[in-house]
Amino acid sequence: MNKLPLLGDEAIAQGAIDAGISGIFAYPGTPSTEITEYVIRSKEAREGKIVASWTSNEKTAMEAAMGISYVGKRGMTCMKHVGLNVAADAFINSAITGANGGLVVVAADDPSMHSSQNEQDSRFFGNFALIPMLEPSNQQEAYDMVHYGYELSEKFEIPVLMRITTRLAHSRAGVSRREMRKQNELKLPKTLNQFILLPSNARRRYKMLLGTQEAFVKESENSAFNTYIDASDRKLGIIACGIAYNYLLENYQDQKPVNPVLKIGQYPLPRKLIEKLYNECDELLVLEDGYPLVEESLRGYMNLGKTIHGRLNGKIPREGELNPNIVAAALGIDNYTGRESSSLVVGRPPSLCKGCPHIYSYNALNEALSKWAKGRVFSDIGCYTLGALDPFEAINTCVDMGASITMAKGAADVGLVPAVAVIGDSTFTHSGMTGLLDAVISNSPVTVMILDNETTAMTGGQESNAHGRIEDICLGIGVDKDHIHVLNPIQKYHDVNMEIIKKELEYQGVSVIIPRRECLQTLATRIRQEKKKVKPAIQ
Amino acid sequence: MKKDIILAGVGGQGILSIAAIIGTAAMGADLFLKQAEVHGMSQRGGDVQSNLRLSDKPVASDLIPKGQADMIIAVEPMEGLRYVSMLSETGWLITNSTPFVNIKNYPSVEQILEEIRTLPKHIIIDADNIAKDLGNKRAANMVILGAALPFLEMDISLFHDAVKTIFGRKGDDVVKQNVDALKAGYDHAVAFTKKT
Repeated sequence: MNKLPLLGDEAIAQGAIDAGISGIFAYPGTPSTEITEYVIRSKEAREGKIVASWTSNEKTAMEAAMGISYVGKRGMTCMKHVGLNVAADAFINSAITGANGGLVVVAADDPSMHSSQNEQDSRFFGNFALIPMLEPSNQQEAYDMVHYGYELSEKFEIPVLMRITTRLAHSRAGVSRREMRKQNELKLPKTLNQFILLPSNARRRYKMLLGTQEAFVKESENSAFNTYIDASDRKLGIIACGIAYNYLLENYQDQKPVNPVLKIGQYPLPRKLIEKLYNECDELLVLEDGYPLVEESLRGYMNLGKTIHGRLNGKIPREGELNPNIVAAALGIDNYTGRESSSLVVGRPPSLCKGCPHIYSYNALNEALSKWAKGRVFSDIGCYTLGALDPFEAINTCVDMGASITMAKGAADVGLVPAVAVIGDSTFTHSGMTGLLDAVISNSPVTVMILDNETTAMTGGQESNAHGRIEDICLGIGVDKDHIHVLNPIQKYHDVNMEIIKKELEYQGVSVIIPRRECLQTLATRIRQEKKKVKPAIQ
Repeated sequence: MKKDIILAGVGGQGILSIAAIIGTAAMGADLFLKQAEVHGMSQRGGDVQSNLRLSDKPVASDLIPKGQADMIIAVEPMEGLRYVSMLSETGWLITNSTPFVNIKNYPSVEQILEEIRTLPKHIIIDADNIAKDLGNKRAANMVILGAALPFLEMDISLFHDAVKTIFGRKGDDVVKQNVDALKAGYDHAVAFTKKT
């Protein structure tokens, strides 16, 4: 049997290696990070010369993966759900260009917002782009679906979206591997204008995409990942998408569900199977993690058909991830649901590590700003977002990657002076640079603090594309060199740092302050690895 | 055989190592396994938990239903109590008595332990000090795992093998320290059940 205990993310990565990808590009983002990380660390991937690397952001990753597909090889890109917003331009257009080599895009959604700012459902993006989608229910399916995804992508010359959620991404189970496929040879598209989306060409390609939709539905109807499990009690028919299927089965243990069940793992929805369930059952219940996408499309705007239960009629809560208890309640199954929670227990929010450089950056900033009323610090996405919490309460916004600089610019341009932006090094090269250019061009009175801990810390210390380049980038963008300062964020330099920030807050133009000290977590890892390297040399 | 286990602690206390060892032992016993972990932001000093499910039949849900867990293994007492609603009527709470205080409003430890003592099945041991006495205070997580072993219905040698698999590359000393920690935890748990 020889099963590997893999996270859902790792099953996808191993699946991609075994399905013969030639390259994978990504920007780290919870819960998708471990896919690319696994390929980067894989010995087999190295031996197979699979290119695996972190890019500046999700859009550049998506485009680089399209480049792999253009030359006829198999490519993958993966991102968290909000990363797909960043990559959306390339993603939607990739459906019009189509694929040459197989192209699978993985989007990892985060219902319940364990580590995200929203719980948007990437299946809408798949429908929006009009491409086939896969949604695994378990780790083995995740592995198998990657193989199938590349077959599908190459059969229809179309990118395929694979949608997972946090629970699958970060849950481990035994996975059996298949035989490894060879990588594709380099082979340019049959027609060399396939990827030219000039209107005349784009219209033709778009018609082709529309013309393939029926074939996608047929493919779904015949897919092994969409299965109809019949049962005798037809008062209710159940549609269970992706991981929701597990929560359903959990409530029946070793028995089969008493109602007919349609398990969905592939989109567009399999019309014939849906019709069968609808016709044979009195009412339907839709179980899906994320938004009520299937439920909404079955109801339609007028909702004139049979009763459809789900998130929209309150049978299932409108927000948050599913679990076995929610499904049990929807089915009217009355299980023991445990003791009362203890009233003694208090929340333990995450916090910056002891000695973290951000602590000293925020202490200096807070003191420098003390003569102004609170509410003028625009921040961004990373460990430093924890500066919002006690004891710092140092920041006032966190919206999307890069929004600190641009929001500060807009606010400063119409009168909030001084305005401060706080952004991390990796976030700066992800989406901060263009905003800084905007600020320079309008000479906005903003103080930009780029907290440089020389890594992408929050997702586990991936290489930061900003490493060693920040001053040069700022100079190149046109920030005055007299208003670029590098600080050492430690207690000893608190007063010096504070004075520099204070001075720049008075400057009526763009200043950039770079507190620079390595993240303690990556530092510890680096020291451990260096020790290991030194040992054999001594022996 | 079916064991649904909640692992609870604070980010950095080593609950993923406990999960890895139970997981490896379960694979060694040819059991089916699902283990949901928490990654990302909450790892920074926040509360972390893992749902670990072992069975001789395929496991459906990655999450344990509320009120169905057979066991909570907690490296920190308040974190153990946090998941008490997950526990089945006959489930065990096995916890360290040493608190990890990184918040201002941490409640009285005595009150927390008092509430844990009202559970019909519980083990409270001072894993930090037991580990310190063994000469490796970082092995408190293994002491707690050891305290859970009398109730896991699995061959103890599977866990010793798993420690070898997981810690083997760190050298024989580390393996021995961790196996000793498992044994010490086991003995303390047995002694605790006799005492109460």
